[in-house]
Amino acid sequence: MRIFNRVWSRTLSYIVLLAFTAFFMVPVIWLLFSPFKTDHQLVTENPFALGTLENLGHAVRVMFTFEDYSLLNWLKNSAIYSFGGIAIALIFSIPAGYGLAHTQFIGRRTLLGVTLFVMIMPATALVLPLFLEANSVHAVGTPLSVILPFSFFPFGVYLAYIFYSSSVPKDLLAAARIDGCNEWNVFRRIALPLARPIIALVTFFAFVANWNNFFLPFVMLPNSTNYPLPIGLQDLLSTTPAFNPGQGGQVGIYRPELAVATIVAMAPVMIVFLFAQRSLVSGLLAGSTKE
Amino acid sequence: MKSVVSHQASTPQGTTDSLGSKLRRKRKNGVAGYAFVSGYFILLALFGIAPAVYAICLAFTSTGGHVVGLSNFIKTGEDFRFLPAFENIAEYLSIWLASLVVIVIGLALMLHSISRKVSAAFRFIFYLPGALAGAASVLVWLFMLDPTVSPWRLFLGIFDFKNLGQTILPGHLPIIFAIIAFWAGAGGWIVVTYGALNNIPNELIEAAELDGAGPMQTALRIKLPLIKKWITFMLILAFAAGTQLFVEPQLVGEASLGLISPTWSPNELAYYFAFQNNNFNYAAAISVDLLVIGLLCAAVLVFRTKLFEVE
Repeated sequence: MRIFNRVWSRTLSYIVLLAFTAFFMVPVIWLLFSPFKTDHQLVTENPFALGTLENLGHAVRVMFTFEDYSLLNWLKNSAIYSFGGIAIALIFSIPAGYGLAHTQFIGRRTLLGVTLFVMIMPATALVLPLFLEANSVHAVGTPLSVILPFSFFPFGVYLAYIFYSSSVPKDLLAAARIDGCNEWNVFRRIALPLARPIIALVTFFAFVANWNNFFLPFVMLPNSTNYPLPIGLQDLLSTTPAFNPGQGGQVGIYRPELAVATIVAMAPVMIVFLFAQRSLVSGLLAGSTKE
Repeated sequence: MKSVVSHQASTPQGTTDSLGSKLRRKRKNGVAGYAFVSGYFILLALFGIAPAVYAICLAFTSTGGHVVGLSNFIKTGEDFRFLPAFENIAEYLSIWLASLVVIVIGLALMLHSISRKVSAAFRFIFYLPGALAGAASVLVWLFMLDPTVSPWRLFLGIFDFKNLGQTILPGHLPIIFAIIAFWAGAGGWIVVTYGALNNIPNELIEAAELDGAGPMQTALRIKLPLIKKWITFMLILAFAAGTQLFVEPQLVGEASLGLISPTWSPNELAYYFAFQNNNFNYAAAISVDLLVIGLLCAAVLVFRTKLFEVE
């Protein structure tokens, strides 16, 4: 009876998992297939019919040369904003998470509480005030007006805090202190090397958040040469006749070209995910001490 | 191995330590603590607290800089676009959060009960759309919702949608945005929830099974309570992200030929006040409204589920 139950629940699990696989994957597969077809073929043919390389070449050429290689420029901007923000965020959030978890100082609980609340606070609630702040120091339109707000990543601090407080035993650190390490060395030699999964996790979440952030650059960067990819995509959407029949077709951006731009926008996050995947779920700490 | 939710044993202080050396240790520890958090604190002050305080100041003053009390809140609250925007967001959030709790946790539990290698493949597949969060996911879904090109055209046909305009009618938007949010966001949460499940010591699960618990009981009575903290965490963050809805209505609105209001969500309304009406005070008032909702919800979750029980 028990074995029967187990087989049933397993079969049911697989059916559900496969159904969700279809839900998650069909849009991605469709997206990858669509630049191989012309806009007309997308409408008239089977959604998963194969197209031709020639069509792909055309869509890529049109998309990349659109408005003097705007797409490459947006890609470059996205990279600068995202990685600039991550670098600063990592440098500050890992030590901060460690400090909050494993040192005692006046105001620690307050800082922890504020971090949690700021993390929960809708980031967009700060976008307009950040805009005014940047405006007052004449930073609007500069890369720093986006990079610096990106570098403030309380979620990363909180992740580091959770990791250090729940997965790095105090005994381990106490042992290092007894062996003569000062506080900095305890952090650098014990806590930091253990933090590799959390560094991957923070990098990863910060990258996805920064890369896909829309509202902040939308407000901060009025000039299209400074656009990151998401704003670029909106720009394309507003000019394409595919969704705005009123627009003249002279820009040549139809659905296959839009699909190319979308693929370019999503590819970096996918690549980062491939690299981060291993440490992402490897179990946060596989037994450095046994209790 | 420590589990995510286990309480920390207090640091064993050697009984031979004199009081003096203990105090010294504590003070040294304190200075080090400040050093570790100082960089982050500066960022927090400049890009977290300062703008928040500024938003609150703006919300209580007029464009001329005079203190006007609650006037901005009352005037924005009486605006005919205010209530619909919050209703839209509430409807969207209830669908999105319910699907997170039921489907994400359900899928994570299923993945945790099958072999590691197979589950890794599923997790990757579920996560993949996360790469398209934001503007890219909206674009993809504009394709998916357009019956003329969508691979789901048969499915859309059931509802008798003939063109994109019919699919994205204003009344359909909360569920459409919930689907987009789920498609792009659920995978990440499945990965996180699975990671939390992975941190549960095997002995606990084996002990439950020895005691005769089936897969269902083990999941509900052992695994779920042990990852409660992560579920709370997920809900708080999903709520926060949900109230921020901006890019989705903005882009779908772009493709709707003016059918969808440019002030569909509260953030769009705030943006509208700021950049169309040049009224940053009204915009700040709505920002503060959103802030208060987020903080209240966070406070309830934090204090009710004792998120800080690691102490």
